[in-house]
Amino acid sequence: MFSMPASGIENQISRIEENMKHKGRFGDYGGFYVPEVLIPVLEELEEAFYRFYQDEQFVADLARLYKDYAGRPSPLYYAGRFSEHVGCKVYLKREDLLHGGAHKVNNTLGQGLLAKYMGKTKIIAETGAGQHGLATAMIGALFGMDTKIFMGVTDIERQSVNVHKMKLCGAEVIGVEGGSGTLKDAINDALRYWTANVTDTFYLFGSACGPHPYPTIVKHFQTPIGKEARRQSLDIIGRLPDMVVACVGGGSNAIGIFSGFVDDKDVRIVGVEAGGRSVSSGLHAATLVAGKVGILHGAKAYLLQDEEGQVHDTESVSAGLDYPSVGPEHCLLKDTGRAEYVAAEDEEVLDAFSLLCRCEGILPALESSHALAWLLRQKGKLDPEQVVIVNLSGRGDKDVGIVEEHRPMNVDDK
Amino acid sequence: MKTYKQVFAELAQAGRSALIPFFVVGDPDFDTSLEVVKTAIDAGADILELGIAFSDPIADGPTIQKADIRAARAGMTMARALDFIRQVKAHKDVPIGLLMYYNLIYQYGIERFFADFHEAGVNSVLVADLSIDDVGEIEEPAKAAGLDTVFMVTPVTAPDRMKLIASKTTGFIYTVSVLGVTGSRDNLSDTVQDLVSELKKLTDVPVCVGFGISKPEHAAAIASAGADGIIIGSKVVGLIEANLQNKEKMLSEIATFLTEVKTAISAG
Repeated sequence: MFSMPASGIENQISRIEENMKHKGRFGDYGGFYVPEVLIPVLEELEEAFYRFYQDEQFVADLARLYKDYAGRPSPLYYAGRFSEHVGCKVYLKREDLLHGGAHKVNNTLGQGLLAKYMGKTKIIAETGAGQHGLATAMIGALFGMDTKIFMGVTDIERQSVNVHKMKLCGAEVIGVEGGSGTLKDAINDALRYWTANVTDTFYLFGSACGPHPYPTIVKHFQTPIGKEARRQSLDIIGRLPDMVVACVGGGSNAIGIFSGFVDDKDVRIVGVEAGGRSVSSGLHAATLVAGKVGILHGAKAYLLQDEEGQVHDTESVSAGLDYPSVGPEHCLLKDTGRAEYVAAEDEEVLDAFSLLCRCEGILPALESSHALAWLLRQKGKLDPEQVVIVNLSGRGDKDVGIVEEHRPMNVDDK
Repeated sequence: MKTYKQVFAELAQAGRSALIPFFVVGDPDFDTSLEVVKTAIDAGADILELGIAFSDPIADGPTIQKADIRAARAGMTMARALDFIRQVKAHKDVPIGLLMYYNLIYQYGIERFFADFHEAGVNSVLVADLSIDDVGEIEEPAKAAGLDTVFMVTPVTAPDRMKLIASKTTGFIYTVSVLGVTGSRDNLSDTVQDLVSELKKLTDVPVCVGFGISKPEHAAAIASAGADGIIIGSKVVGLIEANLQNKEKMLSEIATFLTEVKTAISAG
């Protein structure tokens, strides 16, 4: 249905540019499996994205916001003491230092600016951990837009600090009761609301999944992570890393950093999903590790589901990864073998969280701690000279309460 | 097996629109659901729209979502849905349109799905989250199985796209009366009448209207605007929800309501 300009998006992946001209497909994945009523608004969004994303003024406006509002570029930091625990050289891409405390602001600034260029005045968004909700509430305030955030009731309870911050920024937070009260249910209700309000509302989607053109748009606005990391690696280390590791829920921080290295064939790319209690227990959110291809939220992708196609509720200590599907481009990267996808379980994630706090004084988000946890498990398998970049996609202040619940600490603990 | 073509031809002669109630198969349980559907047929349903419960029904409002949950909890499966449809057809040969979410079809196996459900007595399958752009994924197997096609048109569908949709439709066009998900509304906007007349100019394919119709007078107004059928879902599903503890009342309220609508759309 959509006409694509021949230039394609600036993403360094020629194979995927090719696929995008076919209805937002990444191989057979992606597409736009949505009710008819949403087709015109997705067409409008796609048209606007391709009209503005290379527009000189738009690019200049976004670059200024990235620098002055979000705090880009984010540092590439050599985590020396943490490296000793892993047994190789670990660098952290410090997206946790961005305004709002996560990579999410890259995307909300980009889409928010797009909404502004389109003349939209109302935005809605879904959120799991609340990081995307917060990043949307921030730019809603920045651009003076009426902002509604859909959030599962379970997530509202476990991420109450972020809920409070969203409200402080003037957003309305709408609790979603359905299902398990997590990200999946928030997306369901955001889509339902959008269906009834397509004429004046911009849906600011938070991850590199959902219907076309979102996987493409979100990736585009997250590519600065990968571009910067690649340049910083060459500048600081003098060479490319041997491995890049990122956590994967929907997959936006991961696709952002992977995009910088996917053409560098010698760089190993690893995505770490939420293993929850354990993958074998069924209580997890490791979609690429344990899922089967299906259709949810507008896209064909790996999906955690039963034999008849009913979507499973997921479980993870980290609300931001608690999602039963995954971005379509990750599905293709898995199938082609260009990236490998693994899982880290809650307990080892909590260990990794504590370790980074204690040896670097950095509180990582529980989402990002999945990447750290998997890396710690590689101890002994890695050459000491190996260079690994971990995308530290967010900071863990929001998770302190959850960690306290799982690992209670007495005040006089040494 | 009775076809849409036969039903719409008979109705055209009688000068009235089709009464098309929607239910979720197995809501609130298999046996009660079967009684509900039989009651609707006896009250004058000309065509049935049936849904199979899905975990994430993004095109549905709270009433149908809750029906999906009731049916799923009561143990609805694809195999039991087939059995249900066979039992409905044994009661009376009324055309049945399924309203589905794509993942259930995809996991069942597209070809096998259309073949099995047509064999059980289904006339068409409308996939809520599969637009005309991707119809290629199901068109051949649906045709091969002998099914008619039903697609949606909404108040924001562009005229060229309406023509494309009409050209692909062999059953009827499911016209969405309002922007949004399924659910009863107190008032319906006038745009639906305009939409119906616009469609009637574009195509000879029957045009049925659904979403939000909750009163006999809504149905009458839409019928007099030229609609060939009136689809009523959330209102009747809500009567199931309201009477979960009293089956007799549930059945009699559904029968009474559908009879009122039938009278209202026959008068014009």
